[in-house]
Amino acid sequence: MALRRDWVYENNGGTCVAIAGTDYCVIAADTRLSVGYSIYTRDYSKICKLADKCVMASSGFQGDLKALQKNLAARHLIYQHQHNKQMSCPAMAQLLSNTLYYKRFFPYYTFNILGGLDSDGKGCVYTYDAVGSYERVGYSAQGTGAGLIIPVLDNQLKSPSPLLLPAKDAVTPLSETEAVDLVKDVFASATERDIYTGDKVEIMVINASGIRQELMELRKD
Amino acid sequence: MFRNQYDTDVTTWSPAGRLFQVEYAMEAVKQGAAAVGLRSTSHVVLATVNKAASDLSSHQRKVFKIDDHIGVAIAGLTADGRVLSRYLRNECINHSFVYESPLPVSRLVVRLADKAQVCTQRSWKRPFGVGLLVAGLDETGAHLYYNCPSGNYFEYQAFAIGSRSQAAKTFMERRFEAFNGYSRDELIKDAIFAIKETLQGEKLTSSICTVAVVGIDEPFHMLDQKTIQEVIDSIEIKEDDASAAAADQAPMQEEDKSSEAAAADQAPMQEEDKSSEAAPMDI
Repeated sequence: MALRRDWVYENNGGTCVAIAGTDYCVIAADTRLSVGYSIYTRDYSKICKLADKCVMASSGFQGDLKALQKNLAARHLIYQHQHNKQMSCPAMAQLLSNTLYYKRFFPYYTFNILGGLDSDGKGCVYTYDAVGSYERVGYSAQGTGAGLIIPVLDNQLKSPSPLLLPAKDAVTPLSETEAVDLVKDVFASATERDIYTGDKVEIMVINASGIRQELMELRKD
Repeated sequence: MFRNQYDTDVTTWSPAGRLFQVEYAMEAVKQGAAAVGLRSTSHVVLATVNKAASDLSSHQRKVFKIDDHIGVAIAGLTADGRVLSRYLRNECINHSFVYESPLPVSRLVVRLADKAQVCTQRSWKRPFGVGLLVAGLDETGAHLYYNCPSGNYFEYQAFAIGSRSQAAKTFMERRFEAFNGYSRDELIKDAIFAIKETLQGEKLTSSICTVAVVGIDEPFHMLDQKTIQEVIDSIEIKEDDASAAAADQAPMQEEDKSSEAAAADQAPMQEEDKSSEAAPMDI
């Protein structure tokens, strides 16, 4: 419990994953909200649609996440008024980075992943730390289960890992259905070992025809 | 009104208790191109005549989306209108952020009116030279307001502002009692008809008018040219024999009259927000 005056955050747990494909992007997050060893709710969405082709998923402190989402949504509305169009995913990526760094000395305790289609229609995934350092990658995972998931993605996605240099265009050659299946598999595995991950996984697939949502049940223990 | 010794400052009263600068600001509204608004119980329609400065230029944007449930049409100094629209949008966004619900229209117009009033009581400012027809929908229903440069605002069933607006007002005065029962399409038709009245004989085409609708379950948006043209065509079929009966023959001082007739042919620089692939914000 946050009773100390100098620790105003809480970690609500959870895991997010995103994979970029040639013309699609898959973003997924579990729906469990926990504090300590308790579950507050099994049905909490950590995913937010920021723009037509841009979706953000975050784990960490959900209070900060809510505030961050509202902030970005308002900024997006202003952008639309001024530019008469929706924000592209790369533009939103930069905006998120700036918004996070703005609070460098009292950060948003959120570990974010941004996913969507870039201006060419190719899948893109951006991964962040709590203060706005970001990078475009082919796939990413954040949250309590990330340590269990990333090695599996490194192995399975047959695309250059972000750790390899020189940096290569890391979009996976997998098809959309294969990528979604992979996401379901990694979540099922992470649920087995990570206490904060489980209940349900919310999967959003963004492609040229729009955004599709899927829910899959996970173990509830 | 004529030039007199009490009209230099907005902070100077005349002996008759008038603020001439404010009244001159209202004159600016009367010089702008016409805008009309009509309201039923479930929908509000705004329509404007879009003047083009010349054949080479694009048409002025006179209708602005403020939020999903509110839009405005302006007449007068469009630059002032643009600035006020930005203010209104900001107010709506801030309210939504804090209260997670749309700003009620009546509250928005009060803020706008207060902002306008400030400019009538500062010696270093000037009144806004634009009148706004604010159309919006909230929990209490559909609303149409008119905000003056003076800081006054009134709610209307239907109203018209700008040049030759009297023709539109006369047309609507005959019919406004029925507006509450109108369907959305009848309202649009009457709005376009009212605009037609202000043109007084000039050809009405979809390229010189903008029509916007907001309704229950219908966020504020502008109609595309094709839809507008269809309504215009259906109006014109009906009145093959009727002339512009309500038109008054007052001398026209509009220098744009000839250019407007020329601009009625499809000008190459159409604003993208009228096309059917309009960007979502459609401002």
